[in-house]
Amino acid sequence: MYDKTKYLAAGDQALVMEFGNSISEEINSKIRSMTAAIEGQNIKGIVELVPTYRSLMIHYDALQVNYSELLESLKALEEQLGSIELPAPQVVEIPTLYGGDYGPDIENVAKHNQMTEGEVIRVHTSKEYLIYMLGFTPGFPYLGGMDESIATPRLETPRTKITAGSVGIAGGQTGIYPIDSPGGWQLIGRTPIRLYDPEREPAILLKAGNYIVFKSIGEKEYQEIEKAVKKGTYQYKSYPKKEEGGQHGTN
Amino acid sequence: MGQIKIIKPGLLTTVQDLGRYGYQQYGVTVSGVMDHVSARLANALVENDEGEGLLEITMQGPEIEFLEDMVIAITGGDLQPWLNGQPIAMARSMLVQKGDKLTFKGMKSGCRSYIAFSGGIDVPVLMGSKSTFTRGKIGGYEGRALKAGDILKVGEPKEPFSSLVDREIYENLYEYNAVVELRVVLGPQEEAFTEAGRRTFFSNEYTVTNECDRMGYRLEGETIEHKDGGDIISDGISMGAIQIPSHGKPIIMMADRQTTGGYTKIGNVITVDLPKAAQVKPGDKIVFKEITLEEAHQLLKGLEDKITILKQQCSRKYGKQEKEVKRTRKFHLKINGKPYNVVVEELK
Repeated sequence: MYDKTKYLAAGDQALVMEFGNSISEEINSKIRSMTAAIEGQNIKGIVELVPTYRSLMIHYDALQVNYSELLESLKALEEQLGSIELPAPQVVEIPTLYGGDYGPDIENVAKHNQMTEGEVIRVHTSKEYLIYMLGFTPGFPYLGGMDESIATPRLETPRTKITAGSVGIAGGQTGIYPIDSPGGWQLIGRTPIRLYDPEREPAILLKAGNYIVFKSIGEKEYQEIEKAVKKGTYQYKSYPKKEEGGQHGTN
Repeated sequence: MGQIKIIKPGLLTTVQDLGRYGYQQYGVTVSGVMDHVSARLANALVENDEGEGLLEITMQGPEIEFLEDMVIAITGGDLQPWLNGQPIAMARSMLVQKGDKLTFKGMKSGCRSYIAFSGGIDVPVLMGSKSTFTRGKIGGYEGRALKAGDILKVGEPKEPFSSLVDREIYENLYEYNAVVELRVVLGPQEEAFTEAGRRTFFSNEYTVTNECDRMGYRLEGETIEHKDGGDIISDGISMGAIQIPSHGKPIIMMADRQTTGGYTKIGNVITVDLPKAAQVKPGDKIVFKEITLEEAHQLLKGLEDKITILKQQCSRKYGKQEKEVKRTRKFHLKINGKPYNVVVEELK
């Protein structure tokens, strides 16, 4: 993390607050605080916020707000960050059916790491993964924190179509495909819930700065959840993240 | 409610508005019109809200049949619009009648026009916008570019046809040339380039390649030197951002750009020059000129003042009194079984 946050111009209607030049939970936590602080302030002229790995892009309407005044308000807000009470991030549960037709590459992952499929599932479900940012396609989460013991290189030949909801591993990363798309990830399972549904409010389930946790489910439960999701009656499960020794705590 | 039928779709005809804002943090592309000024003026000509849905047409225009009488206006690049085999004026509202056919003879200047329909195009509003994002298959008309045989609904005009026709935008705010100067504000990653690299960027002509669409334009020309490669940890991308990957050739990011990206951005085209950028096509040349952020903001205010004046002029046609509406209420009435839409405006 930089000692002093950089305020960078990104054209005449957006600016970037850059907090550091690495991917870390500490930087992400600061971005989350700053995002929440701005959202809570209702600063005139701010159009929208785009948090990413190490920076926060602030789109503004230059006809509504004077740039130097905007800078001043942001800098003042940044100085008060330490004193702003922030609710703990949410951990969103992703029910996942591992292996079989739903996760055809789980065998590859197990073999590559010399473990059983059951161990792959145990390791994969044992962590809470930080959502650093969303991008690439609507609702695609860039997740941090996967255990290195299940890291596996991408497929040599990417698939032309991966079904929405597929859970995969690419190198040291894990992720979920929100929409049908081509890709080379090793698929280990699939979730029946929708990360992205343009007809739902909110259309996108996840938010940068929150966490997800995978929960292993059976085929019957998969089908029940799938039905409930289609009907719009599924209750998405999430809970506030517990502090881990305070180190990555938000405040 | 009116309807139009697409006889031929043209090269790329989509429903757009001013963009899907508020969802970039979730990875949802903004989309929207490429040329925001032409689109706003087209809507103003037919008394629509500026952000109403309209058609963006590209290079080779569509053939459209009107299934009902309505008022339209065409702005932006000149693709030579014809109605029933006769040329018609750009930037002027006109009544078209049931059975009339609109065609386009070909590109004369620029490459994108906007067709606004009084009452706007009636497609579902998805995440706050009518814009089509074809790559993501969302918004607009069934999430895709228009095809032959599509029938689109047009909303109710705000005023009777007689008061909507023959409005005109009297001044061309932009000229679309084959060599375009785009003014640029440096950042956010200008530090990633050597002094020589920055000089190269601002002192050479770049050619628009065939890889040129609503997402962005790849340019060919002198290689721009980085200090240490063109990769960064992904961050946000705004409209008009100029990415330079390690190969050293610029890419201008446009309406359908992805929300985040991992290439260094040397600068950003200023908002005032985006309409010019929106009208370039393969083979056109671009030169970049550096200006300060303060200058860019001054220019933006100047442009906005001009647009306000042009809009006032076009709505004063026919010596109409400027009216200030305090409150608008809409009713749907049925009289003798016939439905009516009634708008009551409370004037100051």
